[in-house]
Amino acid sequence: MKKIYLDYAATTPVKANVLEKMMPFFTDKFANPSSIHSFGEEAVFALDDSRKAVAQFLNSHQREVVFTASATEANNMAVLGASNNGHIITSSFEHEAVLGPCKTHTDVTYLPVYKEGVVKVEDVLKEIKENTTLISIMYVNSEIGTIQPIKEIGEALEEVNKNRKNKILFHTDAVQAANYLSCDVNNLKVDLLTLSGHKIYGPKGVGVLYVREGSKISQILYGAHQERGHRPGTENIPAIVGMGEAIRSIDVNDSKKTKTMRDKVIDGITSSISGAALNGSRENRIANNINITFTGVEGESMLIALNEEGIAVSTGSACASNSLSPSHVLLSLGLSHRAAHGSLRITLGSMTTEKEIDELLTKLPPIVERLREISGR
Amino acid sequence: MKSYYSKEAVQRFMHPKFFGEMKDADAVGVVGNERCGDEMEIYIKVDNGKIINASFRTLGCAAAIATSDVVCEMVIGKNIKDAVELTEKEMVEKLEYLPNTKVHCASLALNGLRAAVENYEK
Repeated sequence: MKKIYLDYAATTPVKANVLEKMMPFFTDKFANPSSIHSFGEEAVFALDDSRKAVAQFLNSHQREVVFTASATEANNMAVLGASNNGHIITSSFEHEAVLGPCKTHTDVTYLPVYKEGVVKVEDVLKEIKENTTLISIMYVNSEIGTIQPIKEIGEALEEVNKNRKNKILFHTDAVQAANYLSCDVNNLKVDLLTLSGHKIYGPKGVGVLYVREGSKISQILYGAHQERGHRPGTENIPAIVGMGEAIRSIDVNDSKKTKTMRDKVIDGITSSISGAALNGSRENRIANNINITFTGVEGESMLIALNEEGIAVSTGSACASNSLSPSHVLLSLGLSHRAAHGSLRITLGSMTTEKEIDELLTKLPPIVERLREISGR
Repeated sequence: MKSYYSKEAVQRFMHPKFFGEMKDADAVGVVGNERCGDEMEIYIKVDNGKIINASFRTLGCAAAIATSDVVCEMVIGKNIKDAVELTEKEMVEKLEYLPNTKVHCASLALNGLRAAVENYEK
């Protein structure tokens, strides 16, 4: 049985050209870029080259690019580094890597995201206080794929900041956006932006925090001088090289093809299975995300049944995690616990084919039907 | 390397033998709640103090379905006094193993059976 991977939002495989570029940096070109001999120089060149690739992608200066060991680390650096004991505005459905550090603060506003799963710009503006120091809103939600109005918030905030002595910094977690949306920081008007290597066909263990020149963020890790002190620790050169190559390999044309397949999946499932509803806005949605709730079925059981057919997906049900509560993202949309438990997330990627989609659309309806017989609902 | 679920658990989940509402049941035990995600109904038919048939309806994960099926199979033919003595451990053994985070599903199925017996004895 040929297995079908439809969980690209969880992680992506490393592209062949990316791996090829990384390989020499494990062995021949192994040096520490802090060493000033010729070996070290080679590592410095590689580091600079990757930084250049990321800066080009972000339309930023190279010195504004900070390599980290993960997107989680980058998000922690942004929230803990920029909050400066002030008031934080974020949304209720951020990734745990933003919500986690926010929870260490007392003065945080969690914005509603409504049924559509989209933050309202006016809500952001309404919550700004005298002591607000940071706004952190994700670019694309990782579970339901809804696109947030980052540029609109950035533009509105620019106006607000004109009349403030203490400027509010604006951070966006763009991990799920990078494959399909422009991450031009000057267009989005963000001060801080997070990227991840393994969501863009690069390696795991590398992330990026873009830090706009002049943004004062305190460091959360202490050590040597690497990454201008923002992220001490010897640079993971193979992974950073992979990040650079992965970012250069992003193909905006993928978006159109993926979106067509996404729509086929959404329409196929909701028309062939009763009691199946898309979670989050269809209009403001990333090209590769499908998240659907099914009545009378629990998500993990659908996942396991699909897995038996060789199809890999994900769910927001508590039963597929170690927690007792279903996805906070789905609950933030106003879904009941039961509905949140009955969700499936299907995420497409560059290797997804029409044939795989057809296979999913054939295999899923009988599974849902069978599980509904068992649940009697 | 162990897969997440045992072969037996997957087999039970994919092809349960005891699911379905029992129209002529003597009692039913309803457990779980929609917050936790698992909702179970365990039906029993009793004759002369002995469980002669059992079935279930479960909205829940693969483990919840597999353990519902196991509990039904294990109590059919048992005296109700013996049936309530059944343990999670025996159920898990019947399934070869269960992931640690799923052992509570066996407890839930067991509680469903005990609730059914309690209702029968009322």
